[in-house]
Amino acid sequence: MAYDGSSARGRIDLRPLGSYKREQTVEDARARQSWTAGVEQGAGQAAKGSAVTCIEVRDLSFFYGRYQALQAINLELQARRVTAFIGPSGCGKSTLLRTFNRIYELYPGQYATGEILIDGSNILDKRQDLNLLRARVGMVFQKPTPFPMSIYDNIAFGVKLYQRLSRYDMDERVEWALRKAALWDEVKDKLKQSGTLLSGGQQQRLCLARAVAVKPEILLLDEPASALDPISTLKIEELIEELKGEYTIIIVTHNMQQAARVSDYTAFMYLGKLVEFADTDTIFTRPREKETEDYITGRYG
Amino acid sequence: MEQVASIPATAAERILQRRLRRGHLADRLFAYTTMLFAGVVLFLVLAISVALLVGAWPAIRQFGFGFLTSAEWNPVTDNYGAVVPLVGTLVTSAIAMIIAVPVSFGIAVFITELAPRWLRRPIGTAVELLAAIPSIIYGMWGLFVFAPLFAEYLQPWVIEHIGRLPLIGALFSGPPLGIGVFTAGIILAVMVIPFVTAVMRDVFELVPAVLKESAYGLGATTWEVLRHVVLPYTKVGVAGGIMLGLGRALGETMAVTFVIGNAHQFNSSLFMPGNTISSTLANEFTEATGELYTAALIELGLVLFFITFLVLALAKLLLLRLTAREGERT
Repeated sequence: MAYDGSSARGRIDLRPLGSYKREQTVEDARARQSWTAGVEQGAGQAAKGSAVTCIEVRDLSFFYGRYQALQAINLELQARRVTAFIGPSGCGKSTLLRTFNRIYELYPGQYATGEILIDGSNILDKRQDLNLLRARVGMVFQKPTPFPMSIYDNIAFGVKLYQRLSRYDMDERVEWALRKAALWDEVKDKLKQSGTLLSGGQQQRLCLARAVAVKPEILLLDEPASALDPISTLKIEELIEELKGEYTIIIVTHNMQQAARVSDYTAFMYLGKLVEFADTDTIFTRPREKETEDYITGRYG
Repeated sequence: MEQVASIPATAAERILQRRLRRGHLADRLFAYTTMLFAGVVLFLVLAISVALLVGAWPAIRQFGFGFLTSAEWNPVTDNYGAVVPLVGTLVTSAIAMIIAVPVSFGIAVFITELAPRWLRRPIGTAVELLAAIPSIIYGMWGLFVFAPLFAEYLQPWVIEHIGRLPLIGALFSGPPLGIGVFTAGIILAVMVIPFVTAVMRDVFELVPAVLKESAYGLGATTWEVLRHVVLPYTKVGVAGGIMLGLGRALGETMAVTFVIGNAHQFNSSLFMPGNTISSTLANEFTEATGELYTAALIELGLVLFFITFLVLALAKLLLLRLTAREGERT
């Protein structure tokens, strides 16, 4: 049932960018210079138009205690493209997203089996450093989650975890991130104000800026616009469009128009299985599976 | 049914109006009742302060401000000063909070963030049980179990090693009596821990999971999440819990009376017997003869009342400062 993307597209192996290992000192690893440089080179390759596999999911199953939420998922996601996960509630799309940065490990009883290769190395490996993984894989949640601190500190917080920047460099990074999230003009005069006082849409863009500020390779967006009004939603979608040149973006959404608008590839999931995965145009115009067609034409869910 | 249906619209409206009026009346009655209850609190605070002031008046007139600066406490010559019990109260409470706050924080963090699920409930229940033990039990335990063990094993070592250090050595010198100011502080800490822990745990659990996830999602460690997200988010509650504990420590009577030694002497060593305001009151009120003696004791009560008030006010101020630092609110 699961569609194996690798047969359709020739897989190009990018050399392992994250060449660091746990054995390295945290200081070394946290500087993360090696792979940041790698990403920039990779970006050059992608600009030429070749599809590069960024994330490869092999036989991934996921369990909430005894309940199996994902059934042997196989999937390949392209670097610097937007991939949307769609499907009815409870189909496992958010669960799948949450395996990419192993955020599920905060909760006892949740575990994944199989492999997830990011740039060739299996991030489900016990030896994978979680903090480093999460520096490479940023996440934005459904509800805006500004930290209880100033707008400036909201951005600086993540950066400070990995880099020791001078005041000037930090100012620059904060501005850069806020500009990326199209929030700079709205907040540049009140950077010291608490982030929790922004409007919902602004808060969500702040969260996006916060994720971008750490300069991750991959951005996970878990229904990032579902709690926002149409105008804020539009802004978020424009941002995704803009960011995809530099980041691999995976977005979970309930909104099929949104998936059709922003994504290059779409994965349709149902009952913990990956039903169909193809480029977005194909999924929405010529779906292979009947279940996909039923869903996108609104016949269930 | 027939009748109801045949009532003209105006009549139905009238019924509705009457019902609404009754509803409004009930609402207003309810509002006044709650106001009355709330008013009782204000009245009580005022009445207590007036009663204390009146009762203490002979002593206030006799000693004036000197009451707060004199370490004398002599029922024979009728000369009273508050310094010994005042300092004793502050020092025992300080020791209690220095021990209790980090321990409570640790317990609360462990229960909410780190403990496996099956362990959370037992620890949480144990903490709540500790809070339910009457203070006199703590006092007896402190006097008969803790103090002898403390004097036998821990105190000699501390006196031997820390007591010789310059500066802080003086705090830990003297004979190993078991009872004393330090012991009182420790017992107070044990009594305060469940309260502070329970409040901290409750407010930590209020932090939205998704907020913590976003911090972890940036690659923060547990400590970084706690320090920069959980604590700022819960600071009002955490401060409230600490204040609740401090309030209890300042006013605790029975347990302290058991273990502090009840001596009206000023001593630089924490291992020596001392006194607190509440233990002085508990010990001496029944035997206070003469107007001035009683008035002096009541004035001690007044002082305690003021300290508690001051602590609360300071806590509020501190919170305002903290809030200002987290980002301006416009």
